[in-house]
Amino acid sequence: MSRRTVALAVLAGLVFWPGIAQAHLMTTGLGPVYDGISHLFLTFDDLLPVLAMAVLAGLNGPAAGRRVLVALPLAWFAGGLAGFAARAPLLPPGVTALSFIIVGGLAALDRRLAPNVVAGLALALGLVHGWLNGAGIASAGREAMGLVGIGGAIFALTALVSAFIVSLRRPWTRVVARVAGSWTAAIGLLLLGWTLSGRG
Amino acid sequence: MTVGGRRQTLRLTLAGAALLLASPAWAHVQQGQAAGFLAGLRHPVSGLDHVLAMVAVGLWGAQLGAPGIWLLPVTFPVVMAFGGLLGLLGVALPGVELGIAASGVLLGAMVAKEARPPLWVAAALVGFFAVFHGHAHGTELPPGQSALMYSVGFVTATGALHGLGIAIGGIHRWDWGRRALRVAGLGVAGAGVFFMWGAVR
Repeated sequence: MSRRTVALAVLAGLVFWPGIAQAHLMTTGLGPVYDGISHLFLTFDDLLPVLAMAVLAGLNGPAAGRRVLVALPLAWFAGGLAGFAARAPLLPPGVTALSFIIVGGLAALDRRLAPNVVAGLALALGLVHGWLNGAGIASAGREAMGLVGIGGAIFALTALVSAFIVSLRRPWTRVVARVAGSWTAAIGLLLLGWTLSGRG
Repeated sequence: MTVGGRRQTLRLTLAGAALLLASPAWAHVQQGQAAGFLAGLRHPVSGLDHVLAMVAVGLWGAQLGAPGIWLLPVTFPVVMAFGGLLGLLGVALPGVELGIAASGVLLGAMVAKEARPPLWVAAALVGFFAVFHGHAHGTELPPGQSALMYSVGFVTATGALHGLGIAIGGIHRWDWGRRALRVAGLGVAGAGVFFMWGAVR
């Protein structure tokens, strides 16, 4: 069996492995857009990977930051629409933990990545988490407009955090960003353990 | 009615309308979020063996200076979480309590001796012991609490203990500070011996 076949089989297994909706949807009483904004800031499952992605983008310089600024919210929105249409998560429960580990781990390592690679990661992150959000919104009977709020909040947060990281000049400040990545990866590892042991 | 009075009436009318028209907040209840975070935050500081080892990592990092001062706190949380992952998956680790006690002895000895091994040796030593700490401490989620928030609290508390060690280690720049750190290292190693005695008894 070729590597490509194995990879496709693993991918298909991940896609068709049924999971439960992990999205915690907030209702502010101010409408779906504000619900979406508050969702991002109150849901650590989504907030931490977005912060880690923004840190990773910032560590890789302005070019990566600009690509992620576009790729992440758009992918999140597109994934959200697809998830909303599908109305089912269809993703394994541990997938959120994997995004913590991969993005946080790369930020902790602080190896220079090509801007397109960083943008590709942002695309994958946005599609996966957006899908879960969209499926959660649909299964809760809410409006898809919530995705606009989530996407807008991600755009603003990514812009602020990645620009801040790019602006850091002193070596120790860069290491603080790496420590943040290390903590995110550590949280992801523990979360993966909880999920795989059925206690997450 | 004066202009000021009209404005005040308008403000009161708008405030009243806002209150009367406000729709109820149907906040989705995420059970166990705060409790999970607090439990995670509390757990690392509830065991003296864990606290001393974490602080010793920070002290040693401060003695080593850059880049060790940053490498150790970057390495420790990830490897510790890997130990937690092993524990959660049910992978048995022999002599966990002994490993934790030994971490106190060796890390304390490193601080007391102001040891300066190659950076990779320091990182490997810290990482090796981190597995034991994660295996023992990272897997005790109280029922009904958020696993994610427990993990966030646990990692934050561990990082804060490293930070405390680094901050205390700042006295390394003075002669008396260097001596005080070495004495503190001896104290940590002594406590490690005490914990080891308890583990083998």
